[in-house]
Amino acid sequence: MNRDFFPADTRTDSAPHGAMFDYLLRLGDDSLILCQRLTEWCGHAPALEIDLSLANIGLDLIGQATLFLNFAGAIEDRGRDGDRLAFHRDASDFRNCLLVEQPNGDFAQTMARQFLFSTAQLGLFEQLMLSTEPRIAEIAAKGVKEVRYHADLAADWIVRLGDGTDESRNRMVVGLDWCWRFIDELFLVDDVEAGLIEQGIAVDRSALRGAFDARLSSVLADAGLPAPVYPRGVRGGRAGRHSEHLGHLLATMQHLPRSYPDAVW
Amino acid sequence: MSQDWPLWEVFIRTKGGLSHRHVGSVHAPDGEMALRHARDTYTRRLEGVSLWIARSSDIVASDPDQAGALFEPAADKIYRHPTFYDIPDVVRHI
Amino acid sequence: MYTTELGKTDGSLAQISQEDPALVEAFEARVAADEFIEPKDWMPEAYRRTLVRQISQHAHSEIVGMLPEGNWLTRAPSLRRKAVLLAKIQDEAGHGLYLYCAAETLGVSRAEMIDALHTGRAKYSTIFNYPTLTWADIGAIGWLVDGAAIMNQVPLQRTSYGPYARAMVRVCKEESFHQRQGYEIMMAMCAGTPDQKAMAQDALDRWWWPSLMMFGPPDDNSPNSAQSMRWRIKRDSNDELRQKFVDITKPQADHLGLEIPDKDLKWNEARGHYDFGAIDWEEFYAVVRGEGPVAKERMKARREAWEQGAWVRDAADAHEAKQRARASA
Repeated sequence: MNRDFFPADTRTDSAPHGAMFDYLLRLGDDSLILCQRLTEWCGHAPALEIDLSLANIGLDLIGQATLFLNFAGAIEDRGRDGDRLAFHRDASDFRNCLLVEQPNGDFAQTMARQFLFSTAQLGLFEQLMLSTEPRIAEIAAKGVKEVRYHADLAADWIVRLGDGTDESRNRMVVGLDWCWRFIDELFLVDDVEAGLIEQGIAVDRSALRGAFDARLSSVLADAGLPAPVYPRGVRGGRAGRHSEHLGHLLATMQHLPRSYPDAVW
Repeated sequence: MSQDWPLWEVFIRTKGGLSHRHVGSVHAPDGEMALRHARDTYTRRLEGVSLWIARSSDIVASDPDQAGALFEPAADKIYRHPTFYDIPDVVRHI
Repeated sequence: MYTTELGKTDGSLAQISQEDPALVEAFEARVAADEFIEPKDWMPEAYRRTLVRQISQHAHSEIVGMLPEGNWLTRAPSLRRKAVLLAKIQDEAGHGLYLYCAAETLGVSRAEMIDALHTGRAKYSTIFNYPTLTWADIGAIGWLVDGAAIMNQVPLQRTSYGPYARAMVRVCKEESFHQRQGYEIMMAMCAGTPDQKAMAQDALDRWWWPSLMMFGPPDDNSPNSAQSMRWRIKRDSNDELRQKFVDITKPQADHLGLEIPDKDLKWNEARGHYDFGAIDWEEFYAVVRGEGPVAKERMKARREAWEQGAWVRDAADAHEAKQRARASA
């Protein structure tokens, strides 16, 4: 993966580096943290075939994370690569959305999280392919095929569990209910992104909400599931204000590099 | 004893122009999931460009005990093969 | 080894004597001629049972084998190591899946085989009942355990049962990177800080003897080997493979600058092989009986995954039934 390290001289000099760096962390951290969650399933999935599916999604995500974080390190130009960023930042320096750090719960909650995230990420990547920053466009173009598969697979499971047994339906309702409050944040546009949107580097997430909602309604209708309703969403991940879960996730993930800072693995 | 899904046979076309070939099987609740499981299990290393799946119980196979009656009668029909015919080397393009 | 005879034999010889001698003779002749036996072909009941036991034990070993490595997947120390380890463990899930499917062609369902594992009737490789205590254990498993496994699996590509042989072809092709990634981890550790080097040595100290035990009991105490070799279900003897493993591995340890924890290990010029110390077979048989250090943890994890996943499998079946009912309505 380190071979994909992106040389610093290809960065876009017209972009404000602080915002650009932050944006790449958001993209990379989303994929990294969700991959970390999926690896917790490894060896414990409801069927052998599902173990293989979840690992495939995890492998796609860690590939995306590596590309985005290495690029972020190159943009920052302070000698940090993807590994340094992944394993030596504190929770408050992570920029992922709150949804991806949510615990796996049962398989229904894991699929609810995957469906919501991948559906939003698909809309985002489809537009990011047109980014004026060629490196981002390139990563998104590679990722969009992966994410389309993730979103479809998760939607399949939403329908099967929603329209399965009474137990699976109840679990699906609870799983969606857990994740629902984090949807708003997926479409949040703040100052960091506003400037990048103007330059055509970033995508206006708020414009993606309509298509997302339509897809959600259609899948929930197929599954015979009601849409949970919340007055307002929870947010903060993009600014480093996370849930209680991220600290524990990072304590596990970063254990070795933090305990042995001089070691190369 | 907890239940498992039914078995499906998986066939892969490894590249355009070739026919699908049997590679193994997966368990899945239905055809759509069987395709996904086949993709996630058997094409992780760029092994294919197209997948077929068929319910294992739908496959009708010949009986090995009948192999003699089924296949051996073809053995003496050597006139079906081009090498059966003697054509002088001087005659070209035939 | 994953396929070493660990379970009980099932009095199969009595059964054979009731089978049509002409059929048995024709079968033996086909196998002796290195022909492949296919699912619908006639086969002696003892051959079928031995295969079910061996293939399912092999499959169980792949699946249980995901757990010791999975223990470090969430703590893999770099993005590259994490991706590689995830891909490797996923391969093991795939290999378990191929093997269960191969065994299913013999008329036993995957659910039955899994049930046999979960109720302790079926065995799996003893090696996975040892804990992974540091990251170096992930290197040691790839280097030693996968190294040992590949020695056993390569000849099985020519095993007499077609579906098993074909599964093994796929498995061997996919596993070629597994041992290399393990050795690469060991190289990084041995070239690293004193802490890392110490972890690497400690991992070798703990995994060496269990790795030698993987090849199974000595040949003179392996009662069914002869029949399995005649049936081409097994192609090399336990002791031959063990010796080959020691001969290959010693120079690899030297290259790492690690010491194999056996004071009797030395080159024997006359034999052209390394001599090595006595294996603690008491420990081996105890682990086979389910008394390995983390045997309970491994079985608990597998049982819970299966039991807690039942509602998912049931839901998918229920959905399929509803869809079918709707389509025919």
